[in-house]
Amino acid sequence: MAEITAPAYRVIPIIPALKPGAMEGKGPFVASEKINEAIGFPGQLVEDWHDKAIARFGELLQKYRSLRVYMDACVHCGACTDKCHYFIGSQDPKNMPVARQDLMRSVYRRYFTLPGKLFPKLVGARDLTREVLDEWYNYYNQCSECRRCSVFCPYGIDTAEVTMAAREILDSIGYGQKYSNEIIGKVHKIGNNLGLPGPALEDTLEGLEEDVKDATGIDVKFPIDVKGAEVLLITPSADFFAEPHIDSLIGYAKVFHATGTSWTLSSIASEAGNFGMFIGNYEQLRKIALRIREAALELGVKRIVVGECGHAWRVAYSFWNTLNGVGDGAGEVDKFAQMLQKQLDHRYKQPTHICEFTWDHIQQGNLRFNKSLNDKHVITFHDSCNVARGSRMGDLPGGQFEIPRNIIRSVANNFVEMREGTTHEQTFCCGGGGGLLTDDLIDIRVKGALPRMEALHQVQQEHGVNFMATICAICKAQFTKVLPIYGFDRKVVGGVHQLVSNAIILGDQ
Amino acid sequence: MANIEVGGKSYETDEEGYLINLTDWNTDVANYIAKTESIEMSDQHWEVINFLREYFDEYQIAPAVRVLTKAIGKKLGPDKGNSEYLYGLFPYGPGKQACKIAGLPKPTGCV
Repeated sequence: MAEITAPAYRVIPIIPALKPGAMEGKGPFVASEKINEAIGFPGQLVEDWHDKAIARFGELLQKYRSLRVYMDACVHCGACTDKCHYFIGSQDPKNMPVARQDLMRSVYRRYFTLPGKLFPKLVGARDLTREVLDEWYNYYNQCSECRRCSVFCPYGIDTAEVTMAAREILDSIGYGQKYSNEIIGKVHKIGNNLGLPGPALEDTLEGLEEDVKDATGIDVKFPIDVKGAEVLLITPSADFFAEPHIDSLIGYAKVFHATGTSWTLSSIASEAGNFGMFIGNYEQLRKIALRIREAALELGVKRIVVGECGHAWRVAYSFWNTLNGVGDGAGEVDKFAQMLQKQLDHRYKQPTHICEFTWDHIQQGNLRFNKSLNDKHVITFHDSCNVARGSRMGDLPGGQFEIPRNIIRSVANNFVEMREGTTHEQTFCCGGGGGLLTDDLIDIRVKGALPRMEALHQVQQEHGVNFMATICAICKAQFTKVLPIYGFDRKVVGGVHQLVSNAIILGDQ
Repeated sequence: MANIEVGGKSYETDEEGYLINLTDWNTDVANYIAKTESIEMSDQHWEVINFLREYFDEYQIAPAVRVLTKAIGKKLGPDKGNSEYLYGLFPYGPGKQACKIAGLPKPTGCV
């Protein structure tokens, strides 16, 4: 693999000089026949791809009125142009959100508007040629669906939905991306994105019980498939496998222990992530979400708590109600959703984010901390895009911003914010979201991390920040990889519950 | 898909150089893949590779980083039971790079 280097920090963070064609290419690895067919997609690019793609496009325009509005509404005002981290880092004008949308909008005009059908050249309409299709594949796999640009769009055009539609059309003709589709296959077959089978999961959890016992002298349990537990924890499988993710899993377990909560994991739903959203495929999204209902019904739990996973929380908070009946909103004829509704304890939010769970107990005085145990850290918080812009927490607007920060301030003494305009609803994506967290996209991942790295560098220089907490498995994995390329230690990134784990007082300590 | 040639024999790999057929693996193939990753295999590297293969035989997946560090620590002493030691041996990340050399599938997901 060619040596990947970080782009230089901008002296003044403004619109960079354009480098047309900088990110031209073939895009990430295309999913193989085997991978595609395992999840019900055509194995490879179908012969009549042109007609099929246009037909699917037409169906999506019917199904999602929003997509048609987004295709029609843009006035090219330019407000979004410099808001995309991939554009900032790559300087490729096709990574401007408006230009990325126009790859699809030009095709929309040609086939779905009268002026475009009659006078294509006059209205910037294009035929869907193989070149255009390849351009879609390349550039729609350089969008992390983070929706930062949408915050600045005066019409509220949701670029992520455009990207999702493009990927859905591509998948429908057998031109899907290897990374996302392979993972979706694994979640169906094995129960999680990693492909971690039950016995390996059990072995890992037993090991964690030993480790925590060695470190604290306390028997903190990591239960799995326990019928009748109160809480079912749905967490990204990376929490079982990778670093620093696993330290947050230990944090959740300690919080459950300290609050006397009976909880369990599930071997059939050992994954919070739902890559069905990344590829914009409703059937996959729903099928992946239904495993959670199955597990909840089988185990008879009263609450469903979601671990530190950004897009999972968006799916859980915003879509689970109609997808699987966790949360109010499922159809009356959806028998199993209604069954689950009856089973869950509605004194609590369904679903509950692990940060809401921990913060509630902190407020009730049920948790004690020795904050000085985090004194080696000067901490900042990276808002993850799907939590920041696709969900909420708690009872007040902006709870998704305040609750994780409140937890950090409760368990540590040194907390500083990064520069305004790079946090809260204007947070920058880590550079690896939306199905881009794969080695074959490392170049764009490194480039896309630039604005976040600039903001981190600034607080490192000014305040000595040496820990960036976050609540997303993708952010954690992406930063672990790109931090060293920007000259930081990879251990600068970690979870909020990793900090909780460091400081929590268990037993009579 | 691609192929690698080792000792006059051809082995199928995926786009990223991971072996397609796990049974194709042997020490020559491992040494070859290590070279493409600019890694000079030492006894320390082999300790890790052998543990990965043993674990995979039992669980059909590579061990979690923590499981690996713990096992290495038990075997080689606590000073080596940490991820720094593993990153020292496999700079691109012990998970993926060591799996590739050990002939195991690439861990996927948010890792």
